[in-house]
Amino acid sequence: MKTDVVLAGVGGQGVLSIAAIIAVAAVDSGLHLKQTEVHGMSQRGGAVQSHLRMADRPIHSDLIADGTADLLISMEPMEALRYLPSLAAGGAVVTERAPLVNIPDYPPLDAVYAALEALPRVWIVDAEAIARDMRASRAANVVLLGAASPFLPVAAGALEAAIGVVFGRKGEAVVEQNIAAFRRGRAVTAAASD
Amino acid sequence: MERFVPLGNEALAQGALDAGLSGCYGYPGTPSTEIMEAVQRSPEAAARGVHRSWCANEKTALEAALGMSYAGKRALVTMKHVGLNVAADPFMNAAITGVNGGLLVAVADDPSMHSSQNEQDSRAYGRFALIPTLEPGNQQEAYDAAAYGFELSEKYAVPVLVRLTTRLSHSRSAVARREIQPERPLKLPANPQQFVLLPAISRRYYAGLLAKQADFEAEAERSPFNRYEDGPDRRLGILACGITYNYLMEHFPDGCPHPVLKIGQYPLPRALVARLVDACERVVVLEEGAPLVEELLRGFPVETGRVHGRLDGTLPRAGELNPTLVGRALGVEVPASAYAVPEIVANRPPQLCQGCPHGDTYRALNEALDGYARGRVFSDIGCYTLGALPPYNAIQSCVDMGASITMAKGATDAGLRPAVAVIGDSTFSHSGLTGLLDVVNAGAPVKVIVLDNETTAMTGGQPSPAHGHIEQVAIGLGVPAEHVRTITPLPRQHAQNVAVIREELAYEGVSVIVARRECIETARRRRRAGA
Repeated sequence: MKTDVVLAGVGGQGVLSIAAIIAVAAVDSGLHLKQTEVHGMSQRGGAVQSHLRMADRPIHSDLIADGTADLLISMEPMEALRYLPSLAAGGAVVTERAPLVNIPDYPPLDAVYAALEALPRVWIVDAEAIARDMRASRAANVVLLGAASPFLPVAAGALEAAIGVVFGRKGEAVVEQNIAAFRRGRAVTAAASD
Repeated sequence: MERFVPLGNEALAQGALDAGLSGCYGYPGTPSTEIMEAVQRSPEAAARGVHRSWCANEKTALEAALGMSYAGKRALVTMKHVGLNVAADPFMNAAITGVNGGLLVAVADDPSMHSSQNEQDSRAYGRFALIPTLEPGNQQEAYDAAAYGFELSEKYAVPVLVRLTTRLSHSRSAVARREIQPERPLKLPANPQQFVLLPAISRRYYAGLLAKQADFEAEAERSPFNRYEDGPDRRLGILACGITYNYLMEHFPDGCPHPVLKIGQYPLPRALVARLVDACERVVVLEEGAPLVEELLRGFPVETGRVHGRLDGTLPRAGELNPTLVGRALGVEVPASAYAVPEIVANRPPQLCQGCPHGDTYRALNEALDGYARGRVFSDIGCYTLGALPPYNAIQSCVDMGASITMAKGATDAGLRPAVAVIGDSTFSHSGLTGLLDVVNAGAPVKVIVLDNETTAMTGGQPSPAHGHIEQVAIGLGVPAEHVRTITPLPRQHAQNVAVIREELAYEGVSVIVARRECIETARRRRRAGA
């Protein structure tokens, strides 16, 4: 068993927090793990990505080779498109619907959605809207993680426990809010991915 | 088992702490910053009172680490690759003095320049200084390199360079911790002249360092970081340095059919290399950064045509390697991308945050300079380097830490009047003070704008070394007090700020304008922490 995941987004959207939660859940589930992060200049509102690799045997490369990622999770729809060369044929894409427009030449949104919908397995999720509806705007990343969770090789319970580990120092209320956000996100895709 | 899934940087830090580290020094810089941050976060380090503060720059950091070593204790100093240029003086000379307590110089290189101005390869410095260099290939090796490196350092009384690259520094994997060693006691060098590099003494020590080279190579021959793995198909042999071993093995999950020499300790083990080259028809050299090993193997002037790598196009000459590039170089079948990037995808370069004080300063500066010909604003290393991009287009240089002030001085020497130097508060403390002294002594009409956001923002908000006394420092260096001005970069102060900058541009002498407003990121973090 081996699952390679590319996480994408814009600096400040909480991509590294999603990566950290999956990483903790994978290790606590007894899987081998490698996870790369982007630090430094790109975190200033630029495109960021993280590679996450999980397997039941030792993993060599820290990077995922082009054309081999099983899953692409993106906090932003155009950023999902940027990393398509990583995706294996037929790989799954779970992306936020709301664009983050911080550049003057952001493409027309309908063209972005059309390019996404041309892919064989894509879920465009209203994670931000769901989080706002829960009065937890900052948990949009965890809503998206919930939506992507049926495609991950770790159980939902392990991911919820990992949310407790990663957000634990922010207090019980934050942990509970994020677990609720995770469940709302998971409900979006749970049926579709069976 | 306890969950320990560190970044490569954190693994090295924990390894050093577990090996009895007494002092960690450094200057923040991507991709090295998390080494010090891990030591600073560590409850064990706090309980033991391990010294763990950022320094004014990499040179002062390395010198302080050398002082800790002088006193008999184990010290670690961290920096990014270009930081080693700043610390090159103590680095080269510490190789001559040697060490008392173990000294590790941990340098993180940034091939592909993810967050840097070049991709220089620190292994060249290790070779230049004639000291052993470790290049861990995974997180466990990064952890193990600390204890092993300290022992090597103390056994031969030399500093040991630990070279990391971005991908290992910023990638996590599980690591097993080993035995925890006590810190070393205070113990001065047995030879009171060990650190006195007068010429006659230096010549003796240099001869000693040269004499140790054979020992260093013998250590590399039996190092656990260097490993020969035989394989039946000898048409090809592979020499894989550091993390490239992972990219290689990714293609052979059930074992590589070709002989492989994994390298993680230098100087190169000549016998192991000879074994590989003798056994195989062709050798491909995989190394992150410059083709240093490949050049050694190719030799000069003999070109056998059997060694391949970055120099003959088998691999790209520049940039970070990855499994795809390595697979192609070996002639392995590599998966192709199934989907291309759609043409509509636009670049999303990093940019100043909404509400960043630097943006307000650049708007004021651009307006104040309206009427002067363009091309007179020199700048420096930090978030504010993004002022070179639209919508600001405000600066025309970014070369190395502190170069804004000194390049502006040189340009005024050439007749450009006035010239402006835009430099961050942390960079000003790191390498701006001596340059400002040159400007004052020359009476050059350089307008220094210190963008004082009261932190080292680019690397995540570390303390800024001259915080709280930038104006006094400028006056102390000889800038006339009436030309040391302070402005608050806020939209509502715009007209006033433009006026201040214009007044100083009109003055035929050195001016320092401190544009002070806290970084909005650190301000937000502080509010949250207080809430």
